[in-house]
Amino acid sequence: MLSPTTMKAVRESGAVPQASWLMEIQGVSKSFPGVKALDDVSFQLKRGTVHALMGENGAGKSTLMKIIAGIYTPDSGSFKLRGQEIKLVSPLDALENGIAMIHQELNLMAPMTVAENIWIRREPVNRFGFVDHARMYDMTAALFRELNIDLNPDTTVGTLSIANRQMVEIAKAVSYESDVLIMDEPTSALTDKEVTHLFAIIKALRAKGKGIVYITHKMNELFEIADEVSVFRDGHYIGTRDAAAVTREDIIRMMVGREITQMFPKDDVPIGEVVLSVKDLSLKGVFSNVSFDLHKGEILGVAGLVGSGRSNVAEALFGVIPATSGTIHIAGQEVAITSPQVALQHGLGFLTEDRKETGCFLILDVQQNMQVAVLSGDHIRGGFVRQGALSKVCEAMRDALRVKTPSMQERVENLSGGNQQKVLIGRWLLTKPRILILDEPTRGIDVGAKSEIHRMVSQLAGDGVGIIMISSEMPEILGMSDRILVMHEGRATGILNRDEADQVKIMELASH
Amino acid sequence: MSADNTPAPAVPAKARVRRLPPEFNILVVLIGMALMFEALGWIFEGQSFLFNILRLRIMILQVSVIGIIAIGVTQVIITSGIDLSSGSIVGATAMVAASLAQSSDYTHAIYPHLTNLPAFVPIIAGIIVGGLGGMINGGLIAWTGIPPFIATLGTYVSIRGFAKWYTRGNPVSFLTPQFNYIGSGIVPVFIFLICAAIFHVVLGYTRYGKFTYAIGANRQAARVSGIDIKRHLLLVYTIAGLLSGLAGIVTAARAQSGQSGMGVGYELQAIAAAVIGGTSLTGGAGRIWGTVFGTLILGVVTSGFTFLNINDYLQEMVLGGIIVGAVIVDQFRQARRAKA
Repeated sequence: MLSPTTMKAVRESGAVPQASWLMEIQGVSKSFPGVKALDDVSFQLKRGTVHALMGENGAGKSTLMKIIAGIYTPDSGSFKLRGQEIKLVSPLDALENGIAMIHQELNLMAPMTVAENIWIRREPVNRFGFVDHARMYDMTAALFRELNIDLNPDTTVGTLSIANRQMVEIAKAVSYESDVLIMDEPTSALTDKEVTHLFAIIKALRAKGKGIVYITHKMNELFEIADEVSVFRDGHYIGTRDAAAVTREDIIRMMVGREITQMFPKDDVPIGEVVLSVKDLSLKGVFSNVSFDLHKGEILGVAGLVGSGRSNVAEALFGVIPATSGTIHIAGQEVAITSPQVALQHGLGFLTEDRKETGCFLILDVQQNMQVAVLSGDHIRGGFVRQGALSKVCEAMRDALRVKTPSMQERVENLSGGNQQKVLIGRWLLTKPRILILDEPTRGIDVGAKSEIHRMVSQLAGDGVGIIMISSEMPEILGMSDRILVMHEGRATGILNRDEADQVKIMELASH
Repeated sequence: MSADNTPAPAVPAKARVRRLPPEFNILVVLIGMALMFEALGWIFEGQSFLFNILRLRIMILQVSVIGIIAIGVTQVIITSGIDLSSGSIVGATAMVAASLAQSSDYTHAIYPHLTNLPAFVPIIAGIIVGGLGGMINGGLIAWTGIPPFIATLGTYVSIRGFAKWYTRGNPVSFLTPQFNYIGSGIVPVFIFLICAAIFHVVLGYTRYGKFTYAIGANRQAARVSGIDIKRHLLLVYTIAGLLSGLAGIVTAARAQSGQSGMGVGYELQAIAAAVIGGTSLTGGAGRIWGTVFGTLILGVVTSGFTFLNINDYLQEMVLGGIIVGAVIVDQFRQARRAKA
């Protein structure tokens, strides 16, 4: 076995032996206390291909990815890079061996410029030992030209959109002359146009002979960008298929080990009277004159590009950032929602877009996470939490939502994304809301959990809750909504009924 | 945190053993240190360190005041805040309480007409002063949004200024025996332990406690969950101020006088006690018992060094190392848990 440094030297000498696989992993296992995260897993990556990894959350693809990126060391098995057995000891080690990871949570330093971020640790210096900014600028510009990225190297990263930050991350990875690029759900926060640009870059990288490991939950991306797809389930390797020859149903069957017949099971339920009526709601400089009605038992889908003001309307309705003008009527009565406390009193619930930032208390346990919004009324006596009774209620909720957790005392950060989301939904269901606002309820969640959440939402509508569901996923919007409100640049551009809505009409309203 | 009476799902026994409360580790450190001094005592001094009632009493007495402050500081740190003003509040309340606790035997009392008052008057006055100081901290932090470090750095300076201005720097002495009783014998130790017991229950079992942890764990999520962040922070800092005020009263009673320089540096010792006791500066984690053990560790180290006749200055140097070491160990432990 060659040490990483020897490997690096071999690579730099140019005498890299021609191997059939760019990367070859055989029989790798990895255990954590109490869990076998990977069990005898194999994975092969060819040069010049995009290889998708798919599987439900907890299937082991994140662990495999972290092994490839040098974050974890495998317990057993072999890991060959360009035909050479290799043992990575750190992410930096992986990077120096030509493996770069583009994280889901981007790891850039916001106050620094694009160029500084890319060349950090490797800044070109002049003869006095000071950083040569001019040369750094040119190097960055050249890199961007090569990748067809249109960004000024002197821009501060903090001012860039998520999509542009991702471009910077990719350019950084390429600047290390990486052969293997790992992308973890790169499109989860991008608009359609940005996704197109990203795919163009990925295709260019593929043409250069790079191997790209692409983790995704989105089926259509698979067919658009991937050459091969490997599926994992419960820490096991299930199989690899040629992306051109595989169907959606095949993949789902491999992932869940069972058939999911109905992906978006919105039941037909009687639509009742108006529970929420919004008129000319505006937040200065963000959105203006948004009006709509929401009925009992109705699911109102909200579509629009990221940045169209969808989430801001939701935040205004819940009092997170109160609206500056317009009226809100709940069950016929005008209400001034000035804070989330007021919203809660009026029977609103709000599942926020960003699970980690504004949803979960990651270091607290499942119990605390679930009960936090109902620490009032009957559950409190003389300031004391009636924990016994409340725990029973929470456990019943856990069972009803089928949250997979070792116990109620497990920290939420140890749960998979889908289960975290279920805990948060449970938090709001405990408040017995009349109106539930769901902002991207299934983002970054595996297929199984997704369909469970859809079933749950549909059931809630059946129980007479009015639901506002914001989503970037067209099939979800089309499948689940009774009516669809479309937004564009802070304005409501139209409301479509279920039977008249289709992808084209929505896109037209969302972009005109 | 809560009593769990569900038939626990399949968790391997090994994982269960790891679930010992985090305070247990700190208790082990405390006992380990005490035993270390016991051993060193027999080697170098030819006598026992622990089996000396007088020494144990002095040891706990010395840290009781720090402990009372640390109980409030722990709550502040759980909300991911910090309180630098507690030492200054000790000084201010010591002065105010002492000025209202003077005996009529003394001809130069601050308030000649307000001598020989029953002890509850200076006690209540002191607690009010402490509470006001805390309220200023909480108000600044909640409503202006400035970082707690800056807000309490400001009050740290200003409140100390108030303590000096109050009598133009003169000490206040000749206090009533009734007032001095608060600082006599092991009364301060009782006050410390009663406060600890009360706030252990409050943090673990009340809505106030749950909200405190929630705000520290994720402020945005807490807000969206309907918690009134501003009101709660005001409450937490006020409680910390009240406890510092109580500490100031005990300090004055122990010294049988009020001096404007009382409590200098206490804020850092209280923070150290909380941090050694496992309270995380990033918020959301920490328990009162941990802080109690952290306080006792400070006491054992100080009195152990004195017992071994180690130079005062050297003591301070080592103490700094212990504070940093405690946090390093804690971080390793957390990193290991995060990977597991």
